[in-house]
Amino acid sequence: MSLAIALAGTGAVAAAAPGAIAAPSIEYSQLAPMLVVFSAAVIGVLVEAFVPRELRRAIHLLLTFGALVAAFVWTCVIAASSTIFAKGSAGHVAAMGAVAVDRPTLFIQGTILVLAAVSVLLIADASHDVSSFAGQAAAVPGSTEERAGLLAGLVHTEIYPLTLFAVGGMLLFPAANDLLTMFVALETLSLPLYLLCGLARRRRLLSAEAAMKYFLLGAFSSAFFLFGIAMLYGYSGSVSLASIASEASTGAGSDTLLFAGIGLTGVGLLFKIGAVPFQSWKPDVYQGAPTPITALMASCTVVSAFGALIRVFYVAFGTLTWDWRPAMWVVAILTMVAGAVIAITQTDVKRLLAYSSIAHAGFILTAVISASVQGLSSSLFYLATYGLSTIGAFAVITLVRDPGGEADHLSRWAGLGKRSPLVASLFALFLITFAGIPLTSGFMGKFAVFQAAVNGGATPLVIVGVVSSAIAAFFYVRVIVLMFFSDPVPDGPKVAVPSVFTGTAVALGALSAVVLGIFPWPVLALASRAASQLFVR
Amino acid sequence: MSPAAYVFLAVILFVIGAIGVLIRRNAILIFMSVELMLNACNLAFVSFARLHGNLDGQVVAFFVMVVAAAEVVVGLAILMAIYRARRSASVDDANLLKY
Repeated sequence: MSLAIALAGTGAVAAAAPGAIAAPSIEYSQLAPMLVVFSAAVIGVLVEAFVPRELRRAIHLLLTFGALVAAFVWTCVIAASSTIFAKGSAGHVAAMGAVAVDRPTLFIQGTILVLAAVSVLLIADASHDVSSFAGQAAAVPGSTEERAGLLAGLVHTEIYPLTLFAVGGMLLFPAANDLLTMFVALETLSLPLYLLCGLARRRRLLSAEAAMKYFLLGAFSSAFFLFGIAMLYGYSGSVSLASIASEASTGAGSDTLLFAGIGLTGVGLLFKIGAVPFQSWKPDVYQGAPTPITALMASCTVVSAFGALIRVFYVAFGTLTWDWRPAMWVVAILTMVAGAVIAITQTDVKRLLAYSSIAHAGFILTAVISASVQGLSSSLFYLATYGLSTIGAFAVITLVRDPGGEADHLSRWAGLGKRSPLVASLFALFLITFAGIPLTSGFMGKFAVFQAAVNGGATPLVIVGVVSSAIAAFFYVRVIVLMFFSDPVPDGPKVAVPSVFTGTAVALGALSAVVLGIFPWPVLALASRAASQLFVR
Repeated sequence: MSPAAYVFLAVILFVIGAIGVLIRRNAILIFMSVELMLNACNLAFVSFARLHGNLDGQVVAFFVMVVAAAEVVVGLAILMAIYRARRSASVDDANLLKY
């Protein structure tokens, strides 16, 4: 939209008479968090090109953490500034209508920045056998070239700029106020992630396969998203969410285009959050990707995609809740039930968490469906708490190691509680948080979303949600029983002593699980304050 | 000819692309089918721009071309890595991740 306004005269016919092109006005200070992250990523590419190999990692670490912290501080400053949030205003639309700077967006962006910083702690960890990432991704697995690279100690430091590009895209995705910006943000966050998925150091064939599956399915789904945008553009003559909403409220245009548009954009967005029936990529990609990248995807990408999904369905299709709600009911029920039931049969711990993440997406959807202030605030709270504990859980997985890498198979985890009580108890804590046992943050989150769903008139959904939580609790408890009450396997996995990086990530996850379970009010209040005005239009 | 006919052509191309993704077994051909879908989107955008008499759709088409080019770079890199390791670009051969 923004650029179209800048470029357009008065329409296609008038384009022959070139007028003066007005320069677009861009509120740089309000967009600064995204700009900081993107420019740090670009500088990171230059570092890759010009700085000697041995200095790169230190500079990248400084740059990455510096950018994330600066962006987070700036986000807080914007949220506190009264010029943008004057009394009663929902926020502000920046960059000629392309980017919304409103309360829910700032909450989501702040959450993404915190979660990204914690994930980067895992990505940067190089304590056990160098790092989780391939030395030379281009070398064929098992070749002499690969061995020579490993001996020479080559490391891919490109992971840091790639991560920053992905995080920048994640910040823009939920803030996009028109569908073109949203599509570009979707690709900006996806393309670096496709590459990062294929960079695992161990089990490289699995990792490359995960990258290929994620890439092909991701490109397929973004084509659907784009065709949906085309349909909505055909319906309303504009790609901005507000114009689509106002056109839909008059009910003038073609219903075929409108419903095709809702359905196809919905497919693209539901794919990103991993809702059934668009979930098939999630277990494969979570299992094959390097575990730190899995943590990044399971936390930040999910938060960002939910932010975009909620914005599109609340702002653009907000007057059509009666039309999309039945379809969303079906998706939410399928997602909760399939996630919980299929997880029971899993034998790989990362796959297990992938199915658990699918089930959690279903729980959040129950609140999203209510299309209310409470639905928004409870989803925001759920996303923040779930993100922190899921990073903690994946951080623990990086610690339990066989000689060939991480011990992913569940049978290897048998008796871990006797070998290493602390690590096993921490993992058990994360599992009971996911199960939603009281006094953990998972319980508060589930309580909030189910309450929002009941108030939104979706009691049957909540009943399905509670039943699938019970099913899910079964397999979480099964893992706990396996860790604590079965005999340790002979020559079982070693538990690596965590470095400062991983240790901090685990500690933050565990702390959030307990503290937000007992004393959730500050974050709950922040989330409901963020949601109180819904989105700016 | 009415611009609406181009919208129908775009829908047909999109469906051909989607069917191609589902029935082709070679990763490169699947990827080309995805590109066909993106180009069908472009055709739809440009036709709708003509129908509505504004330029938004044409601007979107330019963005989509750039995004598609970036996607080719990333996609071919990933597919090359797979091909070099397995000597095959068939999606049926990549079957280590399951259950």
